[in-house]
Amino acid sequence: MPNEAVSTLATARSSSKRPAGTLYRGNTGMWSWVLHRITGVAIYFFLLVHVLDTAMIRVSPGAYDAVMSTYKNPLMGLGETALVIAIMFHAFNGLRIILIDFWSKGAKYQRLMFWIVIALWVIGTAGFAPIHLHNVFTEPH
Amino acid sequence: MSAIIDSPRQPQQRASKGRVNWEKWGWIYMRASGVLLIILIFGHLFVNLVQGDGIKAIDFAFVAGKYASPFWQVWDVVMLWLAMIHGSNGMRTIVNDYASNPLVRRILLGALFVAAVVLIVLGTLVVFTFDPCSTLIPADQALSFCPAP
Repeated sequence: MPNEAVSTLATARSSSKRPAGTLYRGNTGMWSWVLHRITGVAIYFFLLVHVLDTAMIRVSPGAYDAVMSTYKNPLMGLGETALVIAIMFHAFNGLRIILIDFWSKGAKYQRLMFWIVIALWVIGTAGFAPIHLHNVFTEPH
Repeated sequence: MSAIIDSPRQPQQRASKGRVNWEKWGWIYMRASGVLLIILIFGHLFVNLVQGDGIKAIDFAFVAGKYASPFWQVWDVVMLWLAMIHGSNGMRTIVNDYASNPLVRRILLGALFVAAVVLIVLGTLVVFTFDPCSTLIPADQALSFCPAP
């Protein structure tokens, strides 16, 4: 049985020399893992910077307002939008991982849950991006 | 170089009695802190970026107003600890996956540890020692509600 399972999973679909035709490689499971890593690393490095910029409140109002004015720059505004989009994917996919681990039917529905994650991600982005971009690209009143 | 990967059905090597299984607790921590961070970070993003004028309204006075309340002090410090440890542990997993040179791996893990300790201590001190009317603040930058020096 184990050998049979291995050969079924590893059988190449075509004459291509590239490895193919496993349950994992190239499928939603792999791409959710790749996106989870990339978004995680991006959020980590922002967190390092964000603790330091907020620490400026302990220096002086001028120092904090100066660092905050860089965050209000349009280019940074686009970066913040991307950051929040990355956080949303990491959050929703993290819940998917928890459900795969702890819900008895999690593994069975992992692929469906991946598409639910993508749907929530699109909805969240559609909700957040216009509000933030409007704040970034309009003059303060 | 090829690594030998145990069969998925390999019986687990039991940790010897009395020793803490740190990898297990790390695994549990990622999931528990992850759920809490979703609430804390989404709340943080809503209050700071979505409500009102969003990022346009964020300045020293905005943060001073938030930190006048112990609620936001505790919110931010809990978020800082949970996120910093969650992020550092995730980066540790990635370093363990890709750093094949033992020395490079040790240096990277050491850097992650130092960064986490320094930023957690710094952030916690900043939040709890923050005084919007500190006498160290130049008079021309002082907030209007602060007593004149």
